[in-house]
Amino acid sequence: MGGGWAALAGGLMPAFLLGRLASLILSLIAASVVIFLILEVVPGDPAQFMLGMNAEPQTLAALREQLGLNGSLLSRYLGWVFGMLHGDFGISYTYRTPVSGLIADRLVVSLPLAIYALALTLLISFPAGIFAAARRNSRADLTVMGATQLGVAVPNFWFAMLLVLLFAVTLRWFGAGGFPGWGDPWLALRALTLPAIALALPQASILTRVMRSALLDTLGEDYIRSARAKGLSGRQTLWRHALRNALIPVLTIIGLQFSFLLAGAIIIENVFFLPGLGRLVFQGITQRDLIVVKSVVMLLVFAVIFVNFLVDLSYAAIDPRLRRRR
Amino acid sequence: MVEIAMLPAERPDSYVRAALRSPSFMIGVVITAIFLLLAIVSFFWTPYSYAALDIPHKLKGPSGQHWFGTDQFGRDIFSMIMVGARTSIAVALIAVGVGVVVGVPLGLAAAARRGSLLDEIIMRANDLVFAFPALLIAVLITAVFGPGAVNAIIAIGIFNIPVFARLSRGAALTLWTREFILAARVAGKGPVRISVEHILPNILNTLVVQVTIQFALGILADAGLAYVGLGAQPPTPSWGKMLADAQTLISLAPHTAIIPGLAIVLTVLGLNLMGDGLRDIFDPRLRRNRQ
Amino acid sequence: MTLLDIKGLEVDIGRTPILRGIDLTLAKGEILGLIGESGSGKSMTALATMRLLPDGAEASGSIMLDGDDLLQKAEREMCGIRGRDIGMVFQEPMTALDPLKTIGDQVAETVLIHGRANRAEAADIARDTLGRVGLPAERFPLDRYPHELSGGQRQRVVIATAIALRPRLLVADEPTTALDVTTQAQILVLLKRLVDEDGMGMIFITHDLAVVAGLADRVAIMRQGEIVETGETGAVFRALAHPYTRALFEASGHVPQRVAPPAPEPGAAPVLAVDDVVRDYRLPRKNLFRPPATFRAVDNVSLTINRGENVGLVGESGSGKSTLARAIMALDPLQGGAVVLDGETLNAAAGASPKARRKMQVVFQDPYGSFDPRHRVDRLITEPFHLLGSEAPTGAARQARIAEALETVGLSAADAQKYPHEFSGGQRQRIAIARALIIRPALIILDEAVSALDVSIRAQILDLLAALSGRLKLSYLFISHDLHVVRAVTDRVLVMQAGKIVESGATDEVFRNPRHAYTQSLLAAAPSLETALADRMQRA
Repeated sequence: MGGGWAALAGGLMPAFLLGRLASLILSLIAASVVIFLILEVVPGDPAQFMLGMNAEPQTLAALREQLGLNGSLLSRYLGWVFGMLHGDFGISYTYRTPVSGLIADRLVVSLPLAIYALALTLLISFPAGIFAAARRNSRADLTVMGATQLGVAVPNFWFAMLLVLLFAVTLRWFGAGGFPGWGDPWLALRALTLPAIALALPQASILTRVMRSALLDTLGEDYIRSARAKGLSGRQTLWRHALRNALIPVLTIIGLQFSFLLAGAIIIENVFFLPGLGRLVFQGITQRDLIVVKSVVMLLVFAVIFVNFLVDLSYAAIDPRLRRRR
Repeated sequence: MVEIAMLPAERPDSYVRAALRSPSFMIGVVITAIFLLLAIVSFFWTPYSYAALDIPHKLKGPSGQHWFGTDQFGRDIFSMIMVGARTSIAVALIAVGVGVVVGVPLGLAAAARRGSLLDEIIMRANDLVFAFPALLIAVLITAVFGPGAVNAIIAIGIFNIPVFARLSRGAALTLWTREFILAARVAGKGPVRISVEHILPNILNTLVVQVTIQFALGILADAGLAYVGLGAQPPTPSWGKMLADAQTLISLAPHTAIIPGLAIVLTVLGLNLMGDGLRDIFDPRLRRNRQ
Repeated sequence: MTLLDIKGLEVDIGRTPILRGIDLTLAKGEILGLIGESGSGKSMTALATMRLLPDGAEASGSIMLDGDDLLQKAEREMCGIRGRDIGMVFQEPMTALDPLKTIGDQVAETVLIHGRANRAEAADIARDTLGRVGLPAERFPLDRYPHELSGGQRQRVVIATAIALRPRLLVADEPTTALDVTTQAQILVLLKRLVDEDGMGMIFITHDLAVVAGLADRVAIMRQGEIVETGETGAVFRALAHPYTRALFEASGHVPQRVAPPAPEPGAAPVLAVDDVVRDYRLPRKNLFRPPATFRAVDNVSLTINRGENVGLVGESGSGKSTLARAIMALDPLQGGAVVLDGETLNAAAGASPKARRKMQVVFQDPYGSFDPRHRVDRLITEPFHLLGSEAPTGAARQARIAEALETVGLSAADAQKYPHEFSGGQRQRIAIARALIIRPALIILDEAVSALDVSIRAQILDLLAALSGRLKLSYLFISHDLHVVRAVTDRVLVMQAGKIVESGATDEVFRNPRHAYTQSLLAAAPSLETALADRMQRA
């Protein structure tokens, strides 16, 4: 696999890379247009929407001026996009501070949380899925399948509540919510642990099943039979041949599930009172602060698209068929 | 995930026999049926009115009078669960319907005209919707248009459309290369006719399995929306809202949090088991192994 | 001591018996041909020898490899034996190799797994072995991936992985069935050479008598899980003692009785006229700035078929014959030229009018994929009625046509109510022919229509086709890669290579005196039962 990353770095497949990059940019543009339309065009008059029905005409006019709503749709859109490219996300109406600052503050909670949850998911699901596939139809396999069946059925916010009940209220191992800041990394991680577990549960359940099923499919392929005929044991064929081939569909699912991970994080932050992007966007919606909402949604969508882009790149690292020779 | 079209190789009555023999299917059907029954009966009868307040008897645990106990306003939780079943199932079911009715034709059209501009547009639109974290957009839509069951249906339904479009397209593509489709083309049948007469009936199995899965996901999504206050509005009870209300009471009266959560888990579990069972019944490879 | 001695091998899967009382022997350096049609159990015998039977299968009896009973060995010991003492080559080269690993790694893996060498030495052995199988390192470096190789080259890699440690026994399960005729010939030569060089014993499993007659010293013929006859190749095929052997032998060389096609009436239009047809494929875009390249699959091809004539189209994979067939069927638009069917031009871009399509029908290769599994036979074979529009028969007339079509192909009218899965492969092809006949076309295109059938069934279907052509004055375009089948059923033949027709003429003439070099190489490579047996007699 090292050869794959080297090939990537060496730029041996410019066509593939360019194609994916173009796709990335197009997706971002399309997404930004959709967000813009939903948040600036659909509510009718954004200023009216933000201030409510009883606003004074002068306040409305002032706000419209401030938001630049008197320009054409296209100029507003382009202004917004160019602003973002420069790191300018506008000024929050509620907090009267630059949105970029607000985002930066929240990002230090949400990003580690997402990574923590993703890491837990992978750490649980890979071994569990491989274990279940290797012992297909055994009692161990059925247990794993049963556990994952339950895991996908549990709403993550309810699971979070139960975790709080058990670990915070009863056992007092963790706090029930809140975030102490990164001053003490250990305390910060402790505050993020229960939320990360709550997020990871449904994701890990799904991914375990996907890993198991991808492995079983791969184990039915002809080249596995060829490997057995060479003298490899069942276990060796699984580790040397099946696993890497099974990674391809698994990576696809990881990419797809990432957006669900982010969505889950939004709710979980509300359960645990974590000052992350999720809470920010919620507060923004409740306060009708469209500027904040626009920027955070764009950021989250960017994260999803970018993660899927990384997944595409990793395909090429794994699968030589996607790389073109000189 | 794209499923290979599960071509039927036996006649329908053998499906019924296989269904009866499948433990996951039977358990799933039973559980789902129970909740369906609760939902339907709730139109005619509930032990108490779900809106009846009874403050003196608030937060009582399960007992003879209140099978599931009472909440912080003294309302009977069992009645609330029954009506909540009605809401959740209706929202999830209609949202799935939206996804199927819009998504499947789109997917079939894309497969019939593979590689064309139509195909590209549909694929790109799919990818675009998938790029948005589902719940976030549901929250956005309900925030802009106002909360309520109808908007929840629209929000969840929008996310079912690309799921079914991608699924039908993938399944249809594997069929388009088969020789019986070539034979139909040589017989002069056009792509629309072929899609309806030959492709659709043969991908029905795959679609049915996905319907149960999306139904289950719809229940979870509706619960999530209700939890943050954007589903069916009070006084209509919904399971997610019950959980939100119970959050602060969890140490005082755990049953207020545990019971609605269990209701969600069991319904989703029942549907997923049904889906798994159906997949086993329809999958020709598994059937061959059993013979 | 014999290298391999199988006694009383019985295999059951669940309660279904698969193999019964199999006795086989193989000496060192000997090639045993294991012949059988589908369902005969020949592959199972090979898998049993490797102890790679599917889950739930139980084997009893004894399989002695140099005196060691393989059926008594623990799995761990078998892992040591596989690859080191026994090598196996499977049928399908396109999926037999791990797509994510280099060919060097996969060949070296055999060596490394058995702990015979370190990495560097294993790589050397891999390089040598790949050289032995005809893939020298200068042209095929070890870091090539399987998807960069053709089918024949991949099969060579598979053979390399099997023989890297010079095993005593090589089991080859239909190793050339999926390959082109010319590639097949090369692989057969390679296998013979390896057997001679290493003194291996080889079990060569196939359904093709011509292949086995040239290659194997002894043959064993299997039918429905049992061995019906064994013996020295020449002797078995001369004596034809067992009725099944005789049936197989006759089916292999079977030539249906045919009527000469009627002389074309002067001035009559040919049934099919293909004029300078061109089909180009757009290749995937390599560069964002230049337009994508095109690949010419069919390069100015012309042919005509007259009423009642049977014309063959021969070519290997990549020749463009399938693309040409699809163009004639008006399934894909042309980039040049025209297809004229009984005087009417077919315009594929417009979908070709139903009226024009009425004169032509198709029989495809795969008897299992040709039918919508949800429909009954009566609905399936009346699908072409769609072309008749409002003139399509209904009611009693429709039932009569269905019955007539089914009876013409040797089935019964009652079969109309059944589903396709209730029929065997050969019967399904009959249904496919009934479907093609029902609107009484002038031309039937048979696209590898008998390639997926067993030898004995194939002979019956060819008889049916020949009889129908004579009786109903049908014209056929018979597309195949199998030269013997084409020779048996066609009046004229066209040979296609790389998108062009390189030779055409009366079938007998072309086969006896091929003029183009490609035709000559094709004919030289095609295994022939008579020639092989004649050679054996000379050598004996």
